[in-house]
Amino acid sequence: MRSWITLALGAAALAALMLTGNNYFLRLGTFFAMYATLALSWNFIGGLAGYPSFATAAFFGLGCYASAILQSKGLPMVPAWGVAGLAAIAFAALIGLAILHLKGHYFAIASLAIAEVLRELVNTQGHLTGGGMGLNLPILKLGVEQQARVFFVAMLLLATVTAAVSIIVHGSKLGFGLRCIQQNEDAAVMLGLDARAHKTAAFALSAVFTGVAGAIYGNWVHYIEPSDVFDVLLAVKPLVMVLLGGLGTLFGPVIGAAVFLLLEEVVWRSFLTVHAAVLGALIVLLVLFLPRGLAAIRFGWRKGATA
Amino acid sequence: MIYFQVLANGLVLGGLYACIAVGFSLVWGVLNVINLLHGSFIVLGAYVAFFGYNLLGLHPFLILPFAGLLLFGLGYGVQRLAINRVITAPVLMTLTLTFGLDLLLNNAMLVAFKADYRKVILDPPLGSVVLGPVYLPLDRVAVMLLALLLTLLLYLVLRSSKIGRAIVAVRMDREAAALMGVEVMKTNAMTFGIGAFMAGAAGCLLSIIYPISPLNSSLFLGKAFVVCVLGGLGSVLGAIVGGVALGLIESLSALWFGPEYAVTVSFTLLIVFLAVRPTGLIGKRGYE
Repeated sequence: MRSWITLALGAAALAALMLTGNNYFLRLGTFFAMYATLALSWNFIGGLAGYPSFATAAFFGLGCYASAILQSKGLPMVPAWGVAGLAAIAFAALIGLAILHLKGHYFAIASLAIAEVLRELVNTQGHLTGGGMGLNLPILKLGVEQQARVFFVAMLLLATVTAAVSIIVHGSKLGFGLRCIQQNEDAAVMLGLDARAHKTAAFALSAVFTGVAGAIYGNWVHYIEPSDVFDVLLAVKPLVMVLLGGLGTLFGPVIGAAVFLLLEEVVWRSFLTVHAAVLGALIVLLVLFLPRGLAAIRFGWRKGATA
Repeated sequence: MIYFQVLANGLVLGGLYACIAVGFSLVWGVLNVINLLHGSFIVLGAYVAFFGYNLLGLHPFLILPFAGLLLFGLGYGVQRLAINRVITAPVLMTLTLTFGLDLLLNNAMLVAFKADYRKVILDPPLGSVVLGPVYLPLDRVAVMLLALLLTLLLYLVLRSSKIGRAIVAVRMDREAAALMGVEVMKTNAMTFGIGAFMAGAAGCLLSIIYPISPLNSSLFLGKAFVVCVLGGLGSVLGAIVGGVALGLIESLSALWFGPEYAVTVSFTLLIVFLAVRPTGLIGKRGYE
C-alpha cells in the first residue's frame, strides 16, 4: 500500500510541473519520465531476473520506427503508439525464444547484437524508413507550449503505468519467480518453476513500455534517425540508472533516473566536449565504489549511527 | 570467376579479423570479461602507427612492437587498478565497467586526435599482383600474413612460456591454479595486457588499409564479437576459424546482397550462432 501512495504522490508532484508553464522544466520532466520508464522496464529483466540485457535500444528504436512508419501510412498518433507497444511485445517474445536460454556474457552479446541488426535493417530499407536520412514525423497542430504539455503528460502517464505494473509484479508470483531465477536458476527449475515462461514474460514487460516510450519520443522530437534511436547508450543508460538506484529494488530505478538526469544535465552543460568521458568516469566510479547503488550509502550511514 | 576474387578477398580479410579478435577472445575466455575497450585499443594502436609514420617516418610494420608494448602497459594497468577489483562480481558489473572505461578512452582520443578519418598512405605504395583471375593488393596480403604470424606467435607464447601456461591454468580452473602457486591477479593483468598488445598490433596493421578514427572503434569491436562467436570462444584456433569465416561471409554477402548488407548478415549470423551453437564452429576448446 505504501508503494501505491508513493507512486500517486510522485506522479502528482511531477504533474504539478505543468503549472509552472516553464518549457525547460517540462522538457526535463519529460526526459525524467522517459528515463524512469526505461529504467523500470530494464529492471524487470536485468534487476529481477538478473539477465544483463542490452536490448533496450532495440525495443526503443523498434517502437519508434513502428509508430513513425504507421503514422506515415496515415494511422493517428495515439493508436500508433499502442501498436508500437504491441510490436515490441511480439518482437521480444520472438527474440526471447532464440536468446533467453543463453546466460551471462552470451546473453549480453546477443541482446546487444539485436539493436545492431535492427539498425542496419532500418538503414538499408530506405523506401520504408528513410534509411540513414531519417524520418520526419507529422507535427501536431498546436502551439509550442501545448505540445510540450501533451508529450509531458503522455510520457508521465507511461511512466506511471510502468511503475504501477512494477509494483504489481514485485508483489506477485511472477516477481517471486524471477527473483528465484536470479538467485539460482537451476534450483528454481528443479522446484518446478517454468523458467522460460517467466523470463519471456519479464523480457516482454521490459519491451512493451520501452517500445511505447520510443514511439512517444519520436513524435516529441519530430525527426528520428537510426543512429539516434538505436544508440547503444540508450541500452546502457537505464542500466546505470538502475545500478545508481539499487539493482532489483522497486523505486530504485526511478531515483536512479532522477539522479542520472541531473548529473547528465550538469555534465552536458559544463563539459560539452568531454561529456562522454565524464559519463564514463561516473560509470567507473559507480561500479568500483558503489556497486549496490545510492541506497547502500544511506544504509551504511544508518548502521554507523546506531552502532 | 568472380568467386575466386571473392574467396581471395575473404581470406585476406579473415587473417586480419583473426588478429583483431584473438586478444578479445583471450580476455573473454580467461578472465570471463567482455572487454568493450578492445575497439578503442585497436584504434589507439592505429594512431601510434599513423603518427609514427607521419612524424618519424617509420613503417607501420616496424612500429608494431612499440605500439603493442604501449598498449600492453595500458592494458596491464587497467586490469591491475580497475578490473581486478570487480573480477569476481557478476557479468553485468565487469561489462559496465569496461563500457565506462571505453567512454573515457574514446572521448580522450576524440579530444586528442579529432574525429577526422585518417589513414596511413604508404609512399611508395606496395602495389599489387595479378594471379590469373585474382587481383591481390600486396599491402592487404602483407597485413594478412603478419596478422596470422602474430596470432601464431600468441599460440606459441600460450603453449610454451611460463606465463602462457599460467594463463591457460587460470582459464581451466582459477582456484586450482591459485592452489598450485599461480598468482591469479598478476596473471589476470598479464592476460589483459597481452589482449591489449594484440589489439595494438592489429591496429598498426589495419592502419594501412582502414581509415582511422575514434568513431571506428565500435566497428572493430563488433567484428571481434562476431569472430569470437562464430569460431568459438577462448582459443587461438577459434579466432582464426571465426576470422576467416567472417571474412568469407562478408565478401560473399557483399556479392549476393550488396555491401550495405554485410553487417546485417554477420550480426544475424551471430544471433543465430548464439541461439543454436554458442560454442562456435570448432566447439569448446582450451588454450592448449
